Amino acid sequence: MFSEKGVERLLSVIAFSAISALALIALFIFIEGIPFLLKYGIKDFLLSSDWRPESGKFGIYPMISASFWVMLGAMLVGAPFGIAGAIFLAEFTPKTVMHIIKPAIELLAAVPSVIYGFIGVVVLAPIIREVFGGPGLSLLAGAIILGIMILPTVISISIDSILAVPASFREGSLALGATIWQTVHMLTIKAAKSGIIASIILGMGRAIGETMAVIMVTGNAVMIPNSALDSVRTLTANIALEMSYATGMHREALFATGVVLFIVIIFLNAIASVVIRKKVITK
Amino acid sequence: MSLEKNIKIDTRHLNLYFFEEKILKDINLEITSNQILGIIGPAGSGKTTFLRSLNRMNELEPGSRIEGQILLDGIDIYNSELDVISLRKRVGIVFALPVALPMSIYENVVYGVRLSGIKDKARLDEIVEKSLSAAFLWDELKDRLNLSGLRLSGGQQQRLCLARVLAMEPDVILLDEPCSGLDPISTSWIEDALIELKKNYTIVLVTNNTMQAARVADKTAFFLMGELLEVGLTKQIFTAPVKQETNDYITGRFG
Repeated sequence: MFSEKGVERLLSVIAFSAISALALIALFIFIEGIPFLLKYGIKDFLLSSDWRPESGKFGIYPMISASFWVMLGAMLVGAPFGIAGAIFLAEFTPKTVMHIIKPAIELLAAVPSVIYGFIGVVVLAPIIREVFGGPGLSLLAGAIILGIMILPTVISISIDSILAVPASFREGSLALGATIWQTVHMLTIKAAKSGIIASIILGMGRAIGETMAVIMVTGNAVMIPNSALDSVRTLTANIALEMSYATGMHREALFATGVVLFIVIIFLNAIASVVIRKKVITK
Repeated sequence: MSLEKNIKIDTRHLNLYFFEEKILKDINLEITSNQILGIIGPAGSGKTTFLRSLNRMNELEPGSRIEGQILLDGIDIYNSELDVISLRKRVGIVFALPVALPMSIYENVVYGVRLSGIKDKARLDEIVEKSLSAAFLWDELKDRLNLSGLRLSGGQQQRLCLARVLAMEPDVILLDEPCSGLDPISTSWIEDALIELKKNYTIVLVTNNTMQAARVADKTAFFLMGELLEVGLTKQIFTAPVKQETNDYITGRFG
């Protein structure tokens, strides 16, 4: 029905349109955001704490700082649990059990983020309010919820990189009288290091880009946080909350916020792929 | 009694199964101290499985089970008195495929020693020089100890694997076709090292190359279909074997 050439051409158009979607998104954000940056001044935009769109003040430093701290907090929660979980599943669990649990963990990524936000508001925030004080909807709540949300990313990629360590390395180590745990921490983790680091970096990208759950649990006050219990507004939350009614300079400022996010996320993903590629070469 | 004292490893009615399949059938074999025992036999004859049962490496595969006894200096190695970790420190193994660990040459050699808790730098340096020398590798590598072990050639990696085992100062060294992937020169390095090493160690060498057994082994055992068909002085096995099958195998007429 189709000629060989025709199929090839069709597929190449489809593949190309996926790439061009990315290019168009980048182009669109940059075209909308860059003129504002030049007009308002990159330094004032990034380093000023004054965000009052109605008076023409567009300093996003509080949001940058909030995004940074929420991401770091999510790492502190997600990375240790994720890596420990991956090691346990890859090295200490029978293969059959692992093949049930790993897909189940990956399913965590399919839970809509609004559900995470919902649980954060109903369960987590009240606990934080009662135990530590403060408003409950806070940087800490955001960090914990995001820490859980990045677990599938960290665990899944870490398991894959641990399982990719050649069995002959493990066997060689065990033959020298090493215990399984000694083999894991002296050999396997080192050999799988680049994959584990990449999993954390990709988790960071996921955490900094997450919007809905963060809006629901962090309280969204525009302020530089003094403690983990303060209410904060991240870059993503800022765009999502204000875009619906923003006009003129305000709207352009939100696009410029998008430019900042876009650059950070591209940067994180680029590091992750460099780290992963390095592993392949040294093998 | 004096003969008894020279027996390092003694297997008695050893049967080994993987799930329901019987891989080794009633193996009774005495391995003499400070000698090289060569094990020959066609593929699938159970010689590698036998070798790996001597330091319990088979346990890493699912479904393995043994019957009978393996005595190391008179102590049953499957008996709970001797744990598997200390057993593997006393009975080292070199595998068919040379696999350096993904770390420096120096760290490869001291890997097992570090696990035993030796941290003193001078002591470790000494062990590295001694082990690499015994594996005929020191002169080649003494200036490049920080190079990754993975960067070495196959023959060098195999000698590094031998050095790694020697660093542990085991009683017994098991070698599973250690030269199968090596060139003739690397092979002769390994063989020379083994002949030198038997002064201090008991060596069991599984080989697909019957001539290798003839060159280095004091005694030779012939395995066929999971059974130990014949064992004796190498000279006798190669000149006047008792069994017809042994004769067929070493003369290459085995079909």
